[in-house]
Amino acid sequence: MLSDVETAEKPIGLPKAVEHVASVTYPTSKSKRRGVSIKMNEETDWVDCMSRISASRDREAFAALFSHFGPRVKAFLMKSGTDRAMAEECTQDVMVTLWRKAHLFDASRASVSTWIFTIARNRRIDLLRKERRPEPDELPWGPEASPEPADVVGLQQESAQLAAALATLPEKQRSLIQKAYFGDLSHSEIATETGLPLGTIKSRIRLALDRLRHAMK
Amino acid sequence: MTQINHHLTDALLMSYAAGTLPEAFNLVVASHISLCDECRARLGAFEAVGGGLLTEIGEAEVMADVEDVLARAEAIDSEIDMSGFQAEAGIFPRALQEYVGGDLSAVRWRPVGMGVKQAILKTSKSANVRLLYIPAGAQMPDHGHRGTELTLVLRGAFRDQDEHFARGDIEIATEADAHTPIADEGVACICLAATDAPLKFQGLVPRIVQKFVRI
Repeated sequence: MLSDVETAEKPIGLPKAVEHVASVTYPTSKSKRRGVSIKMNEETDWVDCMSRISASRDREAFAALFSHFGPRVKAFLMKSGTDRAMAEECTQDVMVTLWRKAHLFDASRASVSTWIFTIARNRRIDLLRKERRPEPDELPWGPEASPEPADVVGLQQESAQLAAALATLPEKQRSLIQKAYFGDLSHSEIATETGLPLGTIKSRIRLALDRLRHAMK
Repeated sequence: MTQINHHLTDALLMSYAAGTLPEAFNLVVASHISLCDECRARLGAFEAVGGGLLTEIGEAEVMADVEDVLARAEAIDSEIDMSGFQAEAGIFPRALQEYVGGDLSAVRWRPVGMGVKQAILKTSKSANVRLLYIPAGAQMPDHGHRGTELTLVLRGAFRDQDEHFARGDIEIATEADAHTPIADEGVACICLAATDAPLKFQGLVPRIVQKFVRI
């Protein structure tokens, strides 16, 4: 997904900057949970692509995100009952938004796949339901505030672990969660117990929000 | 941030994360989250579930060429974005200000009797949402529900049976709950309330009023 030039000397395919950040808190080579650490490297790769777009309008980084996430966004939309033509249109719009709003992506609060999921969700409501989607007030970064590298790595790891947990849920439970996200269950039909370990990722995001609030004062 | 004691349920946060709530509910949820970092973080967790599903969903071939999409993105890039709504400082979160057209002073209240006022906000029809003005010490008409009712306090406070709700607190009432909120003494209470079914009032008079005021 990254150019040969950048990955040539790196057996695990991480750009240098990302590898450095990752090694601060989570030395991936010693990780016992190999599956998770590989996914985690992938998550941080995408974070790096996002910052390259926002810092230098990097077209190659965009192409990498496009070819990985485009087909997934389209598949997600089609599973949510969007027809093929609308799903194609919506997917293209999502990718346009990704390019334009890359600077708003906050890696201490969401993984790239989560951020893209929210863009696709909103665009779908726009196109399909012809409705506005009221959003919570934005929390802009203060003058000196930027995410702590350790917060970023931690959040990306929690996201990868959550995705792994999702994949190993019993089929019945997983299908219920999918139904909720594909719009086949209303809020009153959703069981409150998901069986997913959501507490850790919530605490991680809460910490990032607290830091942000502190910096805004 | 003020201390908030009454929060959104997991089911509502998950549905908001999934994008499956009616517009009227979205507005109340977004307004609460604007005031509540705890629920903002919980929402982040439910959105991460969406991100996880996106990762493992499989793929559907995208017809468009990356260069074409990029060209479109760059073309829009150079346009000036005129869509930004300028929120004013006040008691309403930005999302709510967009529906009202400003803060508290921009609300066009309609009296519904006994000093209570309301302003219905325009959303899609699957649920409805309105601002309520309840004079200090006054009681909301006794009512039960067919669906779900969300009530977010924006100013003042009210008491419902044993529970107290102040700015940022959200009361979630379902079919089982008949409730009678009473505003605190002092300042008039202003709430944002959404229902996905019409309320049913217990007394005869409110039932007649209901026909006219669409509460």
